[in-house]
Amino acid sequence: MKVLVPVKRVIDFNVKVRVKGDQTGVDLSNVKMSMNPFDEIAVEEALRLREKGKATEVIAVSIGPQAAQETIRTALAMGADRGILVKAEGDVEPLAVAKILKAICEEEKPGLVILGKQAIDDDSNQTGQMLAALLGWPQGTFAHKIELSDTAISVEREIDGGLQTVELKLPAVVTTDLRLNEPRYASLPNIMKAKKKPIAEKTPADYHVDATPRLKVVKVSEPPKRQAGVKVKTAAELIDRLKNEAGVI
Amino acid sequence: MASLVIAEHDNAVLKDATAKTVSAAAQLGAPVHVLVAGYQCGPVAEAAARLPGVEKILIADAPAFAKMIAEPMEQLILGLAPGYDAILAPATTNGKNYMPRVAAKLNVPQVSEILAVESPDTFRRPIYAGNAIQTVQAPAGKKVITVRTTAFKPLEGVGSAPVEKIAAPADPGISKFVGEELSRSERPELTSAKIIISGGRGLQSGENFHLLEKIADKLHAALGASRAAVDAGFVPNDYQVGQTGKVVAPDLYIAVGISGAIQHLAGMKDSKVIAAINKDEEAPIFQIADYGLVADLFKAIPEMEQELTRLGY
Repeated sequence: MKVLVPVKRVIDFNVKVRVKGDQTGVDLSNVKMSMNPFDEIAVEEALRLREKGKATEVIAVSIGPQAAQETIRTALAMGADRGILVKAEGDVEPLAVAKILKAICEEEKPGLVILGKQAIDDDSNQTGQMLAALLGWPQGTFAHKIELSDTAISVEREIDGGLQTVELKLPAVVTTDLRLNEPRYASLPNIMKAKKKPIAEKTPADYHVDATPRLKVVKVSEPPKRQAGVKVKTAAELIDRLKNEAGVI
Repeated sequence: MASLVIAEHDNAVLKDATAKTVSAAAQLGAPVHVLVAGYQCGPVAEAAARLPGVEKILIADAPAFAKMIAEPMEQLILGLAPGYDAILAPATTNGKNYMPRVAAKLNVPQVSEILAVESPDTFRRPIYAGNAIQTVQAPAGKKVITVRTTAFKPLEGVGSAPVEKIAAPADPGISKFVGEELSRSERPELTSAKIIISGGRGLQSGENFHLLEKIADKLHAALGASRAAVDAGFVPNDYQVGQTGKVVAPDLYIAVGISGAIQHLAGMKDSKVIAAINKDEEAPIFQIADYGLVADLFKAIPEMEQELTRLGY
């Protein structure tokens, strides 16, 4: 069974984002970019399935600028077998990404698609669910643990207040939550090996998808700033202020 | 045409998130209908009928909706979609699960986790874990929206909307609910608690979280943790507040032994009042705290507890 893993190139999670002065977006120039952390977890899970003999091939797909090739290389260095880069400049919305992925699924016929539950840039949390709907497949979002059999997958999901287990017929879509696994680091030999692994280059037009954004970004602004308040001297003073000044206890 | 709000509930109790989503929907200016999809969820529909600002309740009562599994929910909502201009759900793990399926099938972009309605087609939403706020205008056509419920207050008053039963479409039969394991706690849930006390790496061990539990019990607070504390294995993941955990906005957030990594601040900086206890006076948490106490938490927390006891908490 093939496993398809879409990966997104985003601002590294350790970087403090800055809103541009003209409010058109956040500043991406000279900023460290990395693979979306939830996607790293997706790659790791796919590799573990292959190592257990449950998957035969792991394909990493990225939709983005030419530089997204680096993100695919990261997945290849972790152990993915080959890559597909769908070149698109600017923002590509989750629905367009899902449509491109749907076309790739129809071509590659994976038994499972594993995606990050959300990208840490636009925080949409939509792509996996949209892909599942477009394909008419079931989904196991926010996965905490998965168990794969020949015809079905059991997904333990992180939900508000606890965990929920669902069983899905294959093929299916899984989106990863933080606890699913701890992604491996790529070793130097594997980084070298990854350079020789194939990456196919495509465009949205190859899949008959119009990737033009449909939501209009009117502006991007700084969130309201919080001011530092007062320092209190003792625990008793803290309680007193919370009770009598702030009125919150 | 009207707006449709999908109710959040557990078949017995209507969750607060519903009233807050109705409040967001009301700002679109059209009449609001609420869909209660569940199993043996009559009491929820009755509670929804008393929400202010609601014109009609639709109830779909069938085993397939008992746990709001995404695939049957998609079918149900799609069947109703032709009658609505906008469909809204709270951005709970349920809403986040089924709504993008609906948007994809309707071929419209979803607007996720709105914080404010600027006009019936323009919304503010957080990106980069709230480190930037995006104002987006949705294209003409149906709107599919999830709502960050901490950003909206329920409408005031009591309503009396009629309840209409609707037929349930067939379950697509590709997914099934197997079981669940809900954290059983006497304490309120993190996302709905009025007070939260959270611990970080400064707690040094899982056992030391008992210190916080005593305060939490007195204040009827929920217990949270930073990612550092979760990663160190002090507490389970469902305690985690932050970009990769839960986003909360209680009336009072008490951060204990938490330095204030960006990732944590992203999950709690919309709290009304923030108090921080940390022995490092340079800790970034103090830059956003309304009340800061530079102290050793192992002294300060027992002192707080004593003081609360003295005051009769």
